[in-house]
Amino acid sequence: MAAMTEKSYLRTAPAEHLPPPLEQAGLLRWARENLFSSPGNIVLTLVCIFFIGWTVPPLLRFFVFDAVWSGSDREACLASPQLPEPGACWAFVRVWYSYFIYGFYPIVERWRVDIFFAALAVGIGWLAWLSAPRRDIGAVYFFIVLPILSYVLLSGAPLLGLAVVPTAQWGGILVTIVVATVGIVVSLPLGILLALGRRSDIPVVKFFAVTFIEFVRGVPLITVLFMASVMLPLFVPERLSPDKLLRALVGVALFASAYMAEVVRGGLTAVPRGQYEAAQALGLPHWRMMAFVIMPQALRVTLPNIVNIFISLFKDTTLVFIVGIFDFLRTIEAARADPHWATPVTSVTGYAFAALFYFICCYGMSRYARGVETRLARAHLR
Amino acid sequence: MPQFVQSSPPSSHTARRTRYIALQFAVVVIVVALAYAAIHNAAQNLANAHITSGFGFWNNTAGFDISQTLIGYSASTSTFGRAFLVGLLNTLLVGALGIVLATVLGFAIGIARLSRNWLLARLAGGYVELIRNVPLLLQLLFWYNSVLKALPLVRGSLAIPGGGLLNIRGLFLPRPQFADGFEYVVIALGFGIVASVGLRVWARRRQDRTGEPVRVFWMAFGLVVVVPAVVFMVSGAPLSFSFPKMGRFNVMGGVEILPELAALLLALTVYTAAFIAETVRAGVLAVSHGQTEAAQALGLRSGTTLRLVIVPQAMRVIIPPLTSQYLNLIKNSSLAVAIGYPDLVEVFTGSVLNLTGQAVEVVTVTMAVYLCISLFTSLLMNAYGYAVAVEER
Repeated sequence: MAAMTEKSYLRTAPAEHLPPPLEQAGLLRWARENLFSSPGNIVLTLVCIFFIGWTVPPLLRFFVFDAVWSGSDREACLASPQLPEPGACWAFVRVWYSYFIYGFYPIVERWRVDIFFAALAVGIGWLAWLSAPRRDIGAVYFFIVLPILSYVLLSGAPLLGLAVVPTAQWGGILVTIVVATVGIVVSLPLGILLALGRRSDIPVVKFFAVTFIEFVRGVPLITVLFMASVMLPLFVPERLSPDKLLRALVGVALFASAYMAEVVRGGLTAVPRGQYEAAQALGLPHWRMMAFVIMPQALRVTLPNIVNIFISLFKDTTLVFIVGIFDFLRTIEAARADPHWATPVTSVTGYAFAALFYFICCYGMSRYARGVETRLARAHLR
Repeated sequence: MPQFVQSSPPSSHTARRTRYIALQFAVVVIVVALAYAAIHNAAQNLANAHITSGFGFWNNTAGFDISQTLIGYSASTSTFGRAFLVGLLNTLLVGALGIVLATVLGFAIGIARLSRNWLLARLAGGYVELIRNVPLLLQLLFWYNSVLKALPLVRGSLAIPGGGLLNIRGLFLPRPQFADGFEYVVIALGFGIVASVGLRVWARRRQDRTGEPVRVFWMAFGLVVVVPAVVFMVSGAPLSFSFPKMGRFNVMGGVEILPELAALLLALTVYTAAFIAETVRAGVLAVSHGQTEAAQALGLRSGTTLRLVIVPQAMRVIIPPLTSQYLNLIKNSSLAVAIGYPDLVEVFTGSVLNLTGQAVEVVTVTMAVYLCISLFTSLLMNAYGYAVAVEER
């Protein structure tokens, strides 16, 4: 031992690792492998860089640097000596934004809409957060309490001192969200029923379910909306004629149900046969087996697809515009035609704002769906 | 100790049967009752509004103009039935063009997303995310109201290389004019195509029999391109173009593409391409890497690997979702009504419905037409799916 320590030229600790050569590590290696691995790749990279350089700076200039952020009328957004080429007219959005959110909903009653938004957010958060406590109560809240609460809040109840607001005054993001929410709240239970009907071994039930699903999936939403808005009033006694928004809601809900049924059916086929057999071996009757064993698993597996249906439903709500409902897109269309704000950039600004809103909502939902998917895949691997 | 309830199987079986039949009977009764109530109400409401139901209106004079007609149509003499046909053809036109364009763009972007070039893959991914998450109707309005309405007036038309003009009235392209003798070129082209297909079949049979590959590309090229070109020259170049010219207020000559059609095609193509790109990406990723390695181990070149190993297997995965994207495109073309492109919905469910008030008939016919188109497209794509299906032993 003593002899060892005398040999001071021997290392007592291993040398530090040398860093790899510069071109074998870090950014340079990454760039070499991902951007410049071959002549063709180099050309592609250069073309892409050129494309980015060609598109991004003008867009940034238009939407941020040269944009007009404040002002009270079109003068602010017109070309002036200080700003020869004005960018997006955000001042227009700032002036109109409460119209974009509430439409013609009376200003003194708008707190009711805000409460509705908050209640809805609670419900969505409760159901979307997979490890939230008591999600069964959440489901009851979302599918039963919330619809009643929203109806009372939004259209009013004179008994409770809430003034009646006719649906003709609703508008903007409020209507978009109402249509989308009614779509999901109605289509999920109806879709489950239709999916069970389609898998049923009772011929008549199966026949009606298949006919309905395939018929609705074969036609465009616009024709379903037209049917709801021009044919539905004919099919009910004249005094019961539903109002315009309700007709559109019926159309959207029926349309979404057919797509939801197919997604639920996909989830049902993913439940292994052994689960059915185990439930039957335990002596569960058919409906209890479905409710407590099969459906929870099927819905869990297919949750990402349900969210995807909801994303397309959310985008499709814009079509109610065509049957004359004042949804968010329609308010944009109405506002951009306002002569006080008639500038060359008003339309683009309005559309950009709408696109931003839809993009944030839909992209958020698709990220969520993907998160659930990876979580399910992990659970599956275990 | 739990009590076992002994039930005799035959009686429970009969009970179940009875229950089934009762349930089916109840469902039928409910549906029939609802249908009866609806029809009864409809008859009463129509009678109150003094509308006679039926298709009597079909042969009445339409009396409204349509901005794009592929077949002869005039407001004063043509019937509602003719207007229906005009709208249907316009829908089919936009559907067919949209499917072709969206397929090309979608495959390009799907492959770009799989590129080993990081920047290109990211750009393609950004395109897909951006386009998929914004409603089609919003995109359509953007293209129509913000992009095409911002084009210059007729006087300041933009010239497009090749003799086209682009302005706020639409896109004007040269119109080909065929002189006598062009039919020989067409015949030569048809002959060339048939002969090349025959050649290919022969080459494949020979390869199956003897194992020797035959290169047919240059021969096929000669048959399809060179021979018709020679015939074209010999018969005195019987093809000329009428170029669009700027008039004082409008453009004369050429083929006119309405701004509505252009906007609709642009929006449908860009939107559907994003979905097709995802389909293509999923399809290619579904082919396991072992297939590529096996092909390389057999000594196939990378192009051959792609053509004979990857693409056939990927297509099998791609075809079903691609079909539903095509169906979506055709159904989405009904958004034309928002910008006034005279498609089936705009002409028939819009103008004809407003003029006649025959809501039930008009909406039913429109839905039936879309169902038929959907069914036909599905059949076509299924047939193609069978044709490209990989034969398994």
